[in-house]
Amino acid sequence: MAWTIYISFAGALLEALLPKDRHGLARWLALAVALAGLVIAVAAYAAGMGQGTTVIADALWVPSMGIHYKLAADGISRVLVLLTGLASVAGVLFSWNIELRTNQFFAFYLALIGGVYGVFLSFDLFLLFVFYEIAIVPKYFLIAIWGSTRREYGAMKLALYSFAGSAMVLIGLLAAYAASGSHSTTLADLAHAGLPVPMQMGLFPLVFVGFAILAGMWPFHTWAPTGHVAAPTAASMLLAGVVMKLGAYGCLRVAMGVFPRGLDPWGFSLLGLGSWRDVFALLAVVGIVYGALVALAQSDFKFVIGYSSVSHMGFVLLGLMTLNQIGLDGAVLQMFSHGVIAGLLFAIVGRIVYDRTHTRQLAELETMHLAKRLPFAAWAFVIAGIASMGLPGFSGFVAELQVLVGAWNARPWWTVAAGVGVIVGVAYTWRALQKAFFSDRLPTPDEHPKTGWHDLGAITWPEIAGVALLGISTIVVGLYPRILLDSIEPAVKALLAGGVQ
Amino acid sequence: MNGLMTGAEAGFPILTLLTALPVAGAVIALFSGRHARGVALFTALISLVLALVVWTRLPADGTMGMVELHTWAPSIGVEYHLGVDGLGALMLVLSAIVTLMSVDAAHRVHHQPGLYYALVLLLQSGLFGSFTALNFFHWFLFWELSLIPAFFLIKLWGGPKRGPAATQFFVYTMAGSVALLLAFLAVFLSTGSMDFGQLADMAANGTLAQKVTAHLGAVMPWLAIGVLAGFAVKVPLMPFHTWLPNAYAEAPSPVTMLLTGAMSKMGVYGLLRIALPIFGPQIAAMRTPLLVLAVVTVVMGAWAAAAQKDLKRVFAYSSVNHLGYCLLGIFALAVPAGGAAASTSLGASQAAALNGVILQMFNHGITAAALFWFIAMIQMRTGGLRGLNDFGGLRKPAPVFAGLMGIALFSSLGLPGLNGFVGEFLIFRGVFPLSWISATVSVLGLLVTAAVILTVIQKVFAGPVPERWIQFPDLHASERMALAPAIGLMLLLGLVPQLIVDTVNPTVVNLLAHWRF
Amino acid sequence: MNYADLFRVTLPETVLEVAALLVLFADLGLLRKAALKTRVTAAAVLGTVGCAVAVWAVYYEGAAGLSFGHNLLLAAGGSAGVAQVGILVLTAITLLLLIDCEFTRNAGEYVAVMLMAAAGGLIIAAAQDLLVIFIGLELLSLGLYVLTAFAKKSGKSAEAAMKYYLFGGMSAAFLLFGFSYLYVLSGSTYLPRVIYGVNIAAFNGGTPLLCVALVMIAAGLGFKVTAVPFHLWAPDTYEGAPAPAAAFIASVSKVASFALFITVSYTALNYFRILIPEFSAPGSHSYVTLRAVSGRLHETLSFLSGWASVLIVLAVASMIFGNLAALAQSSVRRLLAYSAIAHAGYILLGLAYFSWTNVSAQAILYYILTYGLTTVGAFGVVSVVERATGSDRMDAFLGLQRRNPLLGAITLVLFLSLAGIPPLVGFWAKFNLFAAVLGTSHSSTALGLVALAIAMSAVSLYYYLQVLKRVYVMPAVEETLVRAHPVTMTVLLLIALAVVGMGCFPALLQGWIASFY
Repeated sequence: MAWTIYISFAGALLEALLPKDRHGLARWLALAVALAGLVIAVAAYAAGMGQGTTVIADALWVPSMGIHYKLAADGISRVLVLLTGLASVAGVLFSWNIELRTNQFFAFYLALIGGVYGVFLSFDLFLLFVFYEIAIVPKYFLIAIWGSTRREYGAMKLALYSFAGSAMVLIGLLAAYAASGSHSTTLADLAHAGLPVPMQMGLFPLVFVGFAILAGMWPFHTWAPTGHVAAPTAASMLLAGVVMKLGAYGCLRVAMGVFPRGLDPWGFSLLGLGSWRDVFALLAVVGIVYGALVALAQSDFKFVIGYSSVSHMGFVLLGLMTLNQIGLDGAVLQMFSHGVIAGLLFAIVGRIVYDRTHTRQLAELETMHLAKRLPFAAWAFVIAGIASMGLPGFSGFVAELQVLVGAWNARPWWTVAAGVGVIVGVAYTWRALQKAFFSDRLPTPDEHPKTGWHDLGAITWPEIAGVALLGISTIVVGLYPRILLDSIEPAVKALLAGGVQ
Repeated sequence: MNGLMTGAEAGFPILTLLTALPVAGAVIALFSGRHARGVALFTALISLVLALVVWTRLPADGTMGMVELHTWAPSIGVEYHLGVDGLGALMLVLSAIVTLMSVDAAHRVHHQPGLYYALVLLLQSGLFGSFTALNFFHWFLFWELSLIPAFFLIKLWGGPKRGPAATQFFVYTMAGSVALLLAFLAVFLSTGSMDFGQLADMAANGTLAQKVTAHLGAVMPWLAIGVLAGFAVKVPLMPFHTWLPNAYAEAPSPVTMLLTGAMSKMGVYGLLRIALPIFGPQIAAMRTPLLVLAVVTVVMGAWAAAAQKDLKRVFAYSSVNHLGYCLLGIFALAVPAGGAAASTSLGASQAAALNGVILQMFNHGITAAALFWFIAMIQMRTGGLRGLNDFGGLRKPAPVFAGLMGIALFSSLGLPGLNGFVGEFLIFRGVFPLSWISATVSVLGLLVTAAVILTVIQKVFAGPVPERWIQFPDLHASERMALAPAIGLMLLLGLVPQLIVDTVNPTVVNLLAHWRF
Repeated sequence: MNYADLFRVTLPETVLEVAALLVLFADLGLLRKAALKTRVTAAAVLGTVGCAVAVWAVYYEGAAGLSFGHNLLLAAGGSAGVAQVGILVLTAITLLLLIDCEFTRNAGEYVAVMLMAAAGGLIIAAAQDLLVIFIGLELLSLGLYVLTAFAKKSGKSAEAAMKYYLFGGMSAAFLLFGFSYLYVLSGSTYLPRVIYGVNIAAFNGGTPLLCVALVMIAAGLGFKVTAVPFHLWAPDTYEGAPAPAAAFIASVSKVASFALFITVSYTALNYFRILIPEFSAPGSHSYVTLRAVSGRLHETLSFLSGWASVLIVLAVASMIFGNLAALAQSSVRRLLAYSAIAHAGYILLGLAYFSWTNVSAQAILYYILTYGLTTVGAFGVVSVVERATGSDRMDAFLGLQRRNPLLGAITLVLFLSLAGIPPLVGFWAKFNLFAAVLGTSHSSTALGLVALAIAMSAVSLYYYLQVLKRVYVMPAVEETLVRAHPVTMTVLLLIALAVVGMGCFPALLQGWIASFY
């Protein structure tokens, strides 16, 4: 499984060394690398079914500081590695039309993927942090070079937010490392170091917020919509699909795993909030509702999806804060589900529609009759849209349902508030779907139907393959969630038993 | 309700096959372009055969047959639990017949036929799935699955105002679904189960209400209202019906056939399978206001039909009226335990009413589908005209047409000897002892309906033939062939209702034996 | 002291001086008629060889320093050894980057001055006596003034040198003034004795003098490491000096100065142990007494607490001002100057919270060596770009990835390392340093200062990205290739590879540093 990391970085290096004008070669190489990653991820997932944490590699990396090169995988990691594999292959497929500096694009892309794989497989805190940071830099360049609307602004904002977040994480980690005195930075050793409770309470929010910035937690979400909109399709897919998961994963694995007592009640209550758990759950719920409401008001198609990501990631964070089995199961499943669905949505909006129509304004798309001109896009969006709405039969339903059930068991009003978010979610998705694809509004007089339509270009095979890959994933998981839950549940159980109460 | 649970048999998963078949058909149809209709017809035929096989192999004691039970997502109480009793199997047969009729009727889809038939088949799969599901999750999946294709069928192939109509349809149904989902979420959170059988058992011995109350407080009535709201939109019950005339009128007629013939039955079925068993006492407690609404639905549906000038809207409101009888029967039989209405003949009246409801579901499905089919043919012949006053004297140029449509109309009117009569008769026979006031007022609805139907017959078929309709083509051979089975079924069931009643009655007895109000 | 010792301990310096003379001899004598290129190459190669021999000499001198009586004049091994090897290696790299420079015709003199200045650096790194420290500083500084002014045709170079010289002279005066106070307080120039004496004197009421002395010394040494508010010369000098001279100032001079800081901090903590070696065993009775005594001493102002306070003030000011001022720069050289100020701030933080074990010393050496290497590389890139475009503005870097992809990639690696992005070496340096700070002090002040440092390094990403944005993101204004001498490119590539390699295997350099203790 460690080879997912190595081949991605090797692929990135090879891409960087490729001659500039060999676009085709660069694409196929990237696809091969991504596919190899996916194959390894699937094989490892199948092989790891029913096993607990399996250690892949464990060597002393920096002996003087007790830093280990420890790669391992439990059920949660395997699921997220699988997600990364899927998202990376789909991302390459939807980047097939990149003509500008193709080899560099895929070099940054694969470096990002390698970093993501690394984070999900690291069981040493500093190794995890290293991979986490590795993932930040390529993002900047992917957006800044190949992006669209206000790309430099979006990229810089994203980079600075990420870096600010990781700075917070680093502070927390350094403090924990110094205080533990255990001279080991593996997650397990730090978790068992018995850090004093007040310290945990101080560091937990720091680290949690540091990671949650990347997970799009309100009010630190503002990088997400601008970043998503500015990013090229593949980058927004990865951004929403896996990079936001890095944040959520960090919250779960690091913040909650290393500082479990940070969630304890403060002993007093302020405005009804009695612990960090209440605070972050409140922020998550606000994110869910706020993201959904703002998405409802957007006029830019991609912004709708961007804000929907904020809303959906709110479910992940809410699930984390439930601190019970079903809520955490739901959170992890939602990470997978949102990864696939958001990837699909961004692919349709960014690649299939925008690259042909060159507009993302819903008002302009309304006059284009895209359901007739791009039926494939329209129906792919229907599938992705209803999956995103959380209709049963798709992965989102099971995930969000579990989160809601978990939230109910923890604090019922969370569920009620989040339920409002679900309903608004249906509304904004439906609105976007109607306006973008199925509108009856007539085109302006100078663009007579059919005769005035310029050719939008046929749907290409990579697009079909990518949509199929992601669409089938969400349906399979939706119809048979146990395919992932059987792997997630024991891992969450172990995590809960390991200190997260 | 152990009868539901013990019937697990490791037989051939025919229900799964039945549900999956249309999906497979849909995928093939999607890519078969001009041949899509053939694919759809073939799929619908096979489905009908399978449904009939199911129908004939039901357990004689009215319990669940052909049960399939597998774990699915245990953490959220989801099991793959399928099974049918007489009620479910009848609905399967109805869905299969209506789908077949609809596909048959829709032979003029020029625009994206592959997609059209694929959506129709998906809708059929949704129907099959929801009529066989015994677990909320599973049921809800197909309940929603049927909504999406219906939306697009209206949205993409509908009349001039299809956009708002489709949206209205979607929003109403979705709102109802949300209410349903929330209610069931609350039930699941309290009990940890989503299985209809288990929940019904809990409701029967009172533990359900205890658990929910212990967990959430006194919300049971609200949950019942949530569930009822979900179904009330679908059936519809006034005042949740306003989406219906628009949707029925704007949808292409073959789609309207599906909407009224099969999809509206999902709501009634839901009331019988889910609402009454699980929320029986709560519904019984709200019996009076519900009965008032049902009566209003019956009467106002009929009056509204009388006020319409568009044939499609006439029949749309008439559908509201007809399904109102079902609601009337259902709410009437929810007699509170130990209430004033309790008497020795209670059981017999309830059984009559329930038998009537189930028969009425089937019959209305067939008849309403047939009526919209005729409208489709009229529109095809007249280039889309369907106003009540656009026609006249059609029986002269098109006697066969007039005759067959007349049979369907009289069936809808409830003429004895035709299928429509039996169901309505049984409902009134059951409801009178249970709630004579509502039954009496509802008779008003019967009368108005009769007046409406007769007006239609008079305005369309009687009187002098206007100049432009002298050449109105009669049914040609293939159309007669296609219509004959449907009309034959109306006659057959009118004369030999036992065909259905004999199979359904054990189920009715079984159901009533387990319900507690 | 005997001649053998003197020879052994001063061998590296001697080697450099001899090499400097050889370079002068070769350049002015043998190669007087040769082309400039040949002369530059010869001088650089000779100088590099000299550095290599001097590295051998550092290893040869062993761990025993040069003592006079009980007073150690020059240390050997330990931090001094690491710093000396570092100085030599960085000098060699700077010399190699000189090869295709054309800012002067007097290549031999330039190299000779550089080698002599490096010898000054070696002395500073090893010095344990106030006077030796001062001599070393002056030797280094005078060399640097000359190097800065070496581009005789450039007015900027002269201006930079003049500013540097004026500031330098002033700060040397302050330093000497501070040293004289220390001498007054302690009656010794041997550092451990100075500190011992100062502490006693402070305990007996000498605090005001100590305060003045500390501020004076901070001004003198702060100038060398570009700590705010003694940094004013740095941007102008970095901008005006010839690139190799700027690189030399930014790296070699920094290494030497921080080695001096390490000596002072280390001695301030361990003077008792140094003066009375039998107390050295931690845990022994006498050791505990020692800690207790020094703890009581801390209740009044001691050298250590005063020194730490001064360093914290400098560190905070440098981190904040350096990073914020860097945000506004449009010249890459000035940007590097302000970033140097910021980095000095981080290191000063490490010095303020200094561990009495070797952890902090090693962490700081790790930082300053890797930082020096990266900065030399960065100046190498700047000088290549400058030669191609005639400017060091950020916009001169536009489209560098097209104009020289390899150079673009090297820029990426070096600047990201300066920003502290893992897995590059800059990250490990910061991590090492901050871990040492927090390992030394668990106080919330320390945590707060580290938090500030990390937050500031997050800010620094912005301006490093401004450069990289021009290299990679923004479109090129010109498409002409940026060419560089193969040796230059090779050296830069090796630096970049070292930055990546040491980042991936941070234990290598750590192990090497630890091997000196």
